[in-house]
Amino acid sequence: MAAISSDNHGLRLVVRYAVLTLIAAIFIFPLVFMVMSSFKPDLQLLRDTSSFRAFLPVGDLSLDNYRDAFTRAPVATFVFNSVLVTGLTVLLSLLFCSLAAFSFVFLNWTGRSVLLSVILATLIVPFETIAIPLLLLVSKLPWIGLDGFQIGWLNSYRVQIIPWIADGLTIFLFVQYFKDLPKELIEASRVEGASWWQIYRKVVMPLSGPVLATAAILKFLVMYNQYLWPLIVVQQESYRPVMVGLQYFFQLDTAWGEIMAYLTVITVPVLAFYLVLQRAFIASIASTGVKG
Amino acid sequence: MNRRILLAATLATTAGFAGTASAQTALSMWYHGAGGEVEGAIIRQIVDDFNASQSDYVVSLESFPQESYNDSIVAAALAGNLPDIVDVDGPVMPNWAWAGYLRPLDIDESLIENFLPGTKGYWNGELYSVGLWDAAVALYARQSTLEALGLRTPTLEEPWTKEEFMAALDAAKESGDFEYPLDLGMAWTGEWYPYAFSPFLQSFGGDIVDRETYQTAEGVLNGDAALEFGEWWQSLFADGYAPGTSQDPADRDAGFIDGKYAFSWNGNWAAVNTIEGGVDDVVFLPAPDFGNGSVIGAASWQFGVSAASEHPEGAAAFIEFALQDKYLAAFTDGIGLIPSTPTAAEMTETYKEGGPLNVFFALSEEQALVRPVTPGYVVAAKVFEKALADIANGADVADTLDAAADEINADIERNGGYGHQ
Repeated sequence: MAAISSDNHGLRLVVRYAVLTLIAAIFIFPLVFMVMSSFKPDLQLLRDTSSFRAFLPVGDLSLDNYRDAFTRAPVATFVFNSVLVTGLTVLLSLLFCSLAAFSFVFLNWTGRSVLLSVILATLIVPFETIAIPLLLLVSKLPWIGLDGFQIGWLNSYRVQIIPWIADGLTIFLFVQYFKDLPKELIEASRVEGASWWQIYRKVVMPLSGPVLATAAILKFLVMYNQYLWPLIVVQQESYRPVMVGLQYFFQLDTAWGEIMAYLTVITVPVLAFYLVLQRAFIASIASTGVKG
Repeated sequence: MNRRILLAATLATTAGFAGTASAQTALSMWYHGAGGEVEGAIIRQIVDDFNASQSDYVVSLESFPQESYNDSIVAAALAGNLPDIVDVDGPVMPNWAWAGYLRPLDIDESLIENFLPGTKGYWNGELYSVGLWDAAVALYARQSTLEALGLRTPTLEEPWTKEEFMAALDAAKESGDFEYPLDLGMAWTGEWYPYAFSPFLQSFGGDIVDRETYQTAEGVLNGDAALEFGEWWQSLFADGYAPGTSQDPADRDAGFIDGKYAFSWNGNWAAVNTIEGGVDDVVFLPAPDFGNGSVIGAASWQFGVSAASEHPEGAAAFIEFALQDKYLAAFTDGIGLIPSTPTAAEMTETYKEGGPLNVFFALSEEQALVRPVTPGYVVAAKVFEKALADIANGADVADTLDAAADEINADIERNGGYGHQ
């Protein structure tokens, strides 16, 4: 058996790479299909789906779908709205959730474990179950802004951002990460006379790169893919995000080529964001695996 | 002196404009057609024309994607910010009226006397909505196919019987020229199922609910006629006449054009693409008569006034304004829908007498039957869709229809009969 195993080392390597390549292809092919289809007219696109041509840049290729997509819908506005809402929510979420987690892990106050349990329990509540009560709430909330005092948050950026800043998963990620930080560092800082704010800002956060990246990417994906919430709280086109905008292309005759062009365009910010944080994200996942 | 005159004139003009602006009442309108460039341009033109035609009201338009429009309306109703004017899909109208989203439409009804029946939204004896267009379904075929298979071309007066229809499918199947004889559009889910397929059930003699009372589905959705329909429906898939629920959406869109199917059950909205796709000899055939007459679905999007509107007379004035033939014809020329009046049809190239799509106007006029006019339709439609999909996938016909009838009945009971008078 040993001899066979040794002789087959090369074969095993080939099989392993073949399997890995196949798995990679399963993930990559939909993206390749999307990009390739975005350059094809509808009829050709539909006909190509029955063959491998769907993944190849063959046939009548042009940028017409991109031109038509930008004509059909205010794509730039949708992308801007989504990037703005997502970016602000991610930043505020990292700040507030890390502060909450810092309090849960390092500060000693009555009821923190109960409150943390309650927050973690919200993880099992689907958003759909609270969407309507939340809608009724935000439609009655007061606000003072540049336009003065007003009742109701509908049709605004704030209604898409504020309810999503704090969430159980992000707090949980920070709590777990902070628990593994060396306690000696915190105690030494306290002995040196550092305030809790200074410890948070100058000791804990500089060590939290991996969890920041993980939380940011997870939050980014949730926010960038928002559909139901903006659908029910935003009626004005000028505030609509990309996922609601996708519906513009489902007409009586669905514009498949334009849909692929639109999807390609709105995928760019996601890829860019992931590439920027890729190293920290992988480091975070890898370190989690070692601990596990 | 000249400066003083100029100043006075400017002030007078400004004051005049200010007076006009402050006297105008703002009306908001929501429309389901975001993303439809031509459609959007036409509706904006109507709004602009209305605003310019009078000085009492100014309408502002907000468009929504059709796929999410109904959800937006329901959310807005909950949050208390419905607009003055809404458009509503015909079969959904009774639900919105019952739920208190809509108020009766107070317009001069003589204006819609010659409108197609499917474009008038009545519920509980009152007009709630009216449409500028309708839609119709036909059996797409090639004239050359009919001739090659030796089939009679059915007409409105003499549609195919069930036996003729099945013989046509058999002939297509035996020819070996097609992947399937019939494309029913099973890849399209949602409202397509009750809209396109419940007319088959009605032609068999059944229905989704009992239209006499709207209080039960018992006996109509699971009676003898419905069972006969169910067995026939299942045989279409079991015997290889039509692709089932796993049909590739691409084939639904291009299969008939590519020659994969001999016949296709499709709406008037696909007609222009079919002709432009190269099917020069396409013919639009009436629905087969399965024993109780040829039936197709009716009622498309219509305009109504929201119950929350503080200016319903202004909203109604806008809708009356929009009912002009020139706008009906504009929608037809723009996006291929069936104009609501014969006079508007004559103004179009496609639907006028002798036009390539004129047959759809006749189909809509002669065969159209609105879907059950009840607030419970929105639930019943989903139950019906699931039942048909299950039967197509091999479920027991009697059990499935019994379960569907029970589910619809339970919903009616839960909602206190939906307020039918």
